[in-house]
Amino acid sequence: MTTAVSILPEHQLAVLNAAYRKAVARKRLRGALAATVFFAALLVAAIGAEVNLKTFFTYFGNFVSYFDRIFTLEDHTRVWTNFGEWFWGWRQWLKLLGETILISYVGTLIGSVLAFALNFLAAENTSPTPWLRFAVRRALEFARTVPGIVFALIFVIAFGLGPMAGVLAIAIHSTGALGKQFSEIVENADMKPVEGVRSTGASWISCMRFALLPQVAAGYASYALLRFEINVREASVMGFVGAGGIGQELVVAIRKFYYSDVSAILVTIIVTVFVIDIVTGWLRGRLFGKDGRA
Amino acid sequence: MTRLLAQDSDDLRARYPHVFSPPVTSRLATPVVLLAALGIFVFGLVDLDFSPSRLLSGLHQLGWITLMMIPPDPGSSLPAYLAALGETLSIALLGTTVAAVFALPISLLAARNIVPSNIFRFPVRRLLDSIRGVDTLIWALVWINVVGLGPFAGVLAIAVADFGAFGKLFSEAIEAADRKQVEGIRAAGGNALHEIRFGLMPQVLPVIAGQVLYFIESNTRSATIIGIVGAGGIGLQLAEQIRVLEWQKVSFLILMILVAVAAIDWISGKLRFAIIGKRAVA
Repeated sequence: MTTAVSILPEHQLAVLNAAYRKAVARKRLRGALAATVFFAALLVAAIGAEVNLKTFFTYFGNFVSYFDRIFTLEDHTRVWTNFGEWFWGWRQWLKLLGETILISYVGTLIGSVLAFALNFLAAENTSPTPWLRFAVRRALEFARTVPGIVFALIFVIAFGLGPMAGVLAIAIHSTGALGKQFSEIVENADMKPVEGVRSTGASWISCMRFALLPQVAAGYASYALLRFEINVREASVMGFVGAGGIGQELVVAIRKFYYSDVSAILVTIIVTVFVIDIVTGWLRGRLFGKDGRA
Repeated sequence: MTRLLAQDSDDLRARYPHVFSPPVTSRLATPVVLLAALGIFVFGLVDLDFSPSRLLSGLHQLGWITLMMIPPDPGSSLPAYLAALGETLSIALLGTTVAAVFALPISLLAARNIVPSNIFRFPVRRLLDSIRGVDTLIWALVWINVVGLGPFAGVLAIAVADFGAFGKLFSEAIEAADRKQVEGIRAAGGNALHEIRFGLMPQVLPVIAGQVLYFIESNTRSATIIGIVGAGGIGLQLAEQIRVLEWQKVSFLILMILVAVAAIDWISGKLRFAIIGKRAVA
């Protein structure tokens, strides 16, 4: 089947072509401008961060050979040929690993309880008064923006060295992060049940308990589990500043060049993180169905 | 109000036994889970050396520290702090960009619709997972061993850590892309590279750009902490001032970080809005 394609007269076509080229040219110009600004920013950043490609290329071999070294035992054999020698300190490491997981568990739990107590005050649709909401929101923002390890540094001085500082640092950071996520769930909740409960003359607390909580509890648990997963990672480095957990052992191994220990501890951490990812993922999927994963 | 007839009520009970008298196991599930959670919590408190007296004296100490932080005051080192902040922002920008550049080709290998074979995809995915399993701070320590103390180690640490995250996120974006454009390119006679360049990239680039911007924002936060282990930037100053107990300087530095993060937040929000539209920003 053939159809006639109408071809516009020359002068009309020229006008359209010119307009098209102009539109494309403007878009390209804008793209080029954005790219220029971006590369200029990169260049300034490279100077600011003392990027030295010469050092990089000279020492990049070190990076590769670092991995070669951490997978070599002291008798120059590969680590996986002698597991007993590679994981010689497994009792100690497992204990510290347990401590790491416990730190993140206790920290997450304290954080979720605090976030739970505060989130109804921070959510737009349930907050009793605007000034309270503003104050709670700013406090949560502060707790979430200051990195957990900075809190840990300060807490180590206030509470002394040890896992307690790590737990409190993780608890504060989790309060900030979960408080925001919890209040977002509340803002998405259906307000009709709340009206229903209020119309019976119930107090604010009863409204939250009987109308809102049943809607949001599953979402809360899901976010708290996710936070636990993140906190295990976070807790594994708390030891860097003396706040307990396996990080202490790792930083010593890295700084003192106990190569095979570095790889052994890293493998332990990675495997633990994997296992916890899988378990919490499974739990969330099981408890709340597919949409609980979001 | 009408009441249910006794017989209807009995019928309902007979038809939905699990609603009216749930089995003991399901009724006990919630309290048992809660009790177990509480039990582990108490065990944790004991095992981690929590004691009321320690908590109280610590809080007392913390109160003092907070009082000494007011008012925030940089002393005479404001220029040094501003330079350190610039260093931190540079670390975040460079690290994220380098990570994105290297992650793009790898993410193609990890995407189901580009590499259908499980055998090839599996090692790539596990590699990315392992990289993500190691915290940025640990990468910073490793790079310090390799290129020495300083911000350059920080850039490399952020680049490697984000490489793992980007590889996963980009490959998910690619898997979510529409097949039809790719098929169109193939129908017009394009080869595999053409399909990726003209069928896939126009779809995924805006999504990727949004993710990169978001990471620059969150890396501003990460970049502040890698200084604590010696990888440059404002974290180095912060850790030093905390160690010498100069609390007024500490609070000033924390304020600087908060303002910088808020500013980057605002800028990248605007940019993301310009690139992918309001809906996707949320």
